[in-house]
Amino acid sequence: MGKSLFLSLDGTDLAVGAAVAANFAEAFDVIVLTSTVNDSFGAEKVMATGWASLPPAAAYAGELAKLATGYARVFAVSAMWSKDLLPRAAGVADAACVTDVLSIESDTRFTRPMYAGAIVATVEVSAPQTWFTFRPVGFPAVSDAGASVPTETVAIQVDDSAVRNIGTRAKEGGRPDLSAAKVVVSGGRPLKDAASFERVIGGLADALGGAVGATRAAVDAGIAANELQVGQTGKIVAPDLYIAAGISGSTQHMAGIKDSKLIVAINTDGDAPIFSIADLGLVGDLYEVLPVLERELKKA
Amino acid sequence: MKIVVPIKRVLDPYAKVKPGSDGMSIDSGGAKSEINPFDEIALEEAVRLREKVGAVEIIVVAIGPAESEEQLRKALAMGADKAVLIETTTSPDSRAVALELESFVREQNPDLVLMGKQATDDDSNQVGQILAARLGWPQATFASEVTPGSGSLTVIRETDTGTETLQIQLPAVVTADLRLNEPRYIALPGIIKARSKPLEKRAPATALQSFVTVTGFTAPPARKAGKRVANVEELIAELKAAGSI
Repeated sequence: MGKSLFLSLDGTDLAVGAAVAANFAEAFDVIVLTSTVNDSFGAEKVMATGWASLPPAAAYAGELAKLATGYARVFAVSAMWSKDLLPRAAGVADAACVTDVLSIESDTRFTRPMYAGAIVATVEVSAPQTWFTFRPVGFPAVSDAGASVPTETVAIQVDDSAVRNIGTRAKEGGRPDLSAAKVVVSGGRPLKDAASFERVIGGLADALGGAVGATRAAVDAGIAANELQVGQTGKIVAPDLYIAAGISGSTQHMAGIKDSKLIVAINTDGDAPIFSIADLGLVGDLYEVLPVLERELKKA
Repeated sequence: MKIVVPIKRVLDPYAKVKPGSDGMSIDSGGAKSEINPFDEIALEEAVRLREKVGAVEIIVVAIGPAESEEQLRKALAMGADKAVLIETTTSPDSRAVALELESFVREQNPDLVLMGKQATDDDSNQVGQILAARLGWPQATFASEVTPGSGSLTVIRETDTGTETLQIQLPAVVTADLRLNEPRYIALPGIIKARSKPLEKRAPATALQSFVTVTGFTAPPARKAGKRVANVEELIAELKAAGSI
């Protein structure tokens, strides 16, 4: 028993963090690692580091673990940054660590996916402290912001003597983040090159105000950037609308999209596995279908 | 340079698995076991580092059942110099595995631990990070490119928004992502040579006590196929009816 601590990347994940915190009887505090927040979503205390970007996990995980002393649990949204950081900090704290929590059954019992999502495991935790990452789809964001509390500054010492970030390549801005987007348009290997991928998939995504995703095959072929990969080893998405164009539907890919509200599949092969999970299926050539869709949307 | 590569024996990641009828086991339909694919990528990278910088000793270590010898033999055939099997019939959690590896790494005193970012059975993605924390070593997870320097490595790692480049001092822990390399096919001479390479079996040095225990398996809710539409016009009409556009 004890308070919860939510690690927020940039404040935009606070509403869903509050939804997770609501599963536990005790109050929760927040550390915002980058950026700041305006609403506290019911948190008792909001702390911000004032960092412009995340340092390498090893440069501050130990300090974070010290700061988390006394909390019963520490959690963050499942993402590459949190999977890098939380197990490291849990290792320092000698705490339990659980990845990709789908549901919270009790203070010590969680469910989580295994075998690329083919299995849901129930796990029981027995440790003084638990760190976990969670999949947002199981936790509808809290809408009531509640009373705001002032943000305190928290100093987390960064020691980058053994590991230093010497360069960052970030995707071009303009499109919403893949994991948080309401609409995702994804393309596969049939797109012949990066230019046609951007034109056809990117064009439709922009018309829908959505994000662009890709299959592992498209990323491996150099047609799409690595951070666009959707699937068990890439990003897990759960948008309102997922359009899969020229995607046959590998187990890995389908594991990453199955929580989407509406899945549309467009593929020339009517027997492609993707049709077995699609709400709307169209057997056809994406080069013909997508531009028509895009035109229609721009008319509306 | 000395590199330790921990490998895990896992079910073929392409096998269809479902919960067993007892809700406590995994039904794989008799699928074969393999080296965890991410660990295989890590081992391939270790072998490539040797090809680049010369004198590199590669030690593979598995914590698992006696059958893991099969995967260790394959690792020796791929180019590892020595294999150690730490035998257990239990299924320790990530922390317990990391503690056992910590003990092994302290004994071996390597410059680098290179391992997969996650195992494809439990998908936890934790052992490398916990091990690095326990050792007090820096870490570079999700590596997609590793370049050796003098007493350091330059690692390009995948992030949520693109990539970043880390300069990391040795000793360190690096975990491999998919795009680090494509593991080689094993040639026959490698397989023959592997038979004479040392493979040591030993008991765990730690209690392998888990903080996280699996108490049951269920199948995820199934998603059913919906409706086929004949053309783009019908698709647009359906999307409008569903309020999606």
